[in-house]
Amino acid sequence: MNTLWLGVIGTSLIAFLLKYLGHSIPEKYVNNPRALRINTLIPIALLSALVGVQTVTEKGQWVIDQRLAGVAVALIALSLKAPYFVVVISAAITSAALYRL
Amino acid sequence: MSKVNRATATQSLSVSFTVGLYGTAFGAASIAAGFSLLTFSGASQFAIVGVMGAGGSAISGIATASLLGIRNGLYGLRMAPLLKVRGFKRVIAAQVTIDESTGVAIGQEDLGIDAMKQGFWLTGFGVYIFWNFFTLLGALGAQAMGNPSAWGLDAAVPAAFLGLVWPRLTGKFERTLAASAIILAILLSPIISAGLPIIATALLAVAFGWRQRT
Repeated sequence: MNTLWLGVIGTSLIAFLLKYLGHSIPEKYVNNPRALRINTLIPIALLSALVGVQTVTEKGQWVIDQRLAGVAVALIALSLKAPYFVVVISAAITSAALYRL
Repeated sequence: MSKVNRATATQSLSVSFTVGLYGTAFGAASIAAGFSLLTFSGASQFAIVGVMGAGGSAISGIATASLLGIRNGLYGLRMAPLLKVRGFKRVIAAQVTIDESTGVAIGQEDLGIDAMKQGFWLTGFGVYIFWNFFTLLGALGAQAMGNPSAWGLDAAVPAAFLGLVWPRLTGKFERTLAASAIILAILLSPIISAGLPIIATALLAVAFGWRQRT
């Protein structure tokens, strides 16, 4: 077995255990009002952060490029109450057009 | 489970397909399709391939990838009380707990708990299928897609996540949280290991949620 497969198995095992751990916290610990409030806010914070990181960083460096324009257009589409797929496609078209310039 | 509503199904499919397309880039980077089937955590997969491809050891690759997997645990914490599953179903639910399935689930909150559950499962399975399909295509040498940037995928993916969080950002409170999270994660990115800048924003969620709003 080569080391890449060792990497595959190790990563997969840990990735799964992390996911499963989250699902296995007894509900009584997350059932009080404060934990419920925080638990609702966590994915909002994490996914917002993900948008930021995917938009203006690359391999840990700040990179301003066509992605920012694409996401800005998506933001405009969202504020105009555009349907979901329009939001995604408009970002893709903007970014691709600038990339190919 | 009740009838699947169309909005939820469309959103699940859009997310699955958009993200799945990125699988071609991964497949091209490594013929180890086992990653996509077993690990099923895109960021972790790219991370370990990056580390090991650059000559790093399996251990450092696994460590780097695992930092990116921590946030899925936090998503599990949010999804568990919603899904209420045990035994084998919980194993499956855990495996498909990723950014996308969680994002679509919270994106459906206005449509009720059933829609949230449906969004989770449809997107979890949808991404699983598309991600693996496109990984396989990439691994088989189908690089006809070329650079994902040329197709705007690099902006489509963050836009897709933005669209999922958007319905939650109705009030000033949530918008402030989201903006703070974006800024914090970007500021931390050059300083700490990949994965940690995003997890760090969970502390913002704790701070924001600590007190009851009046």
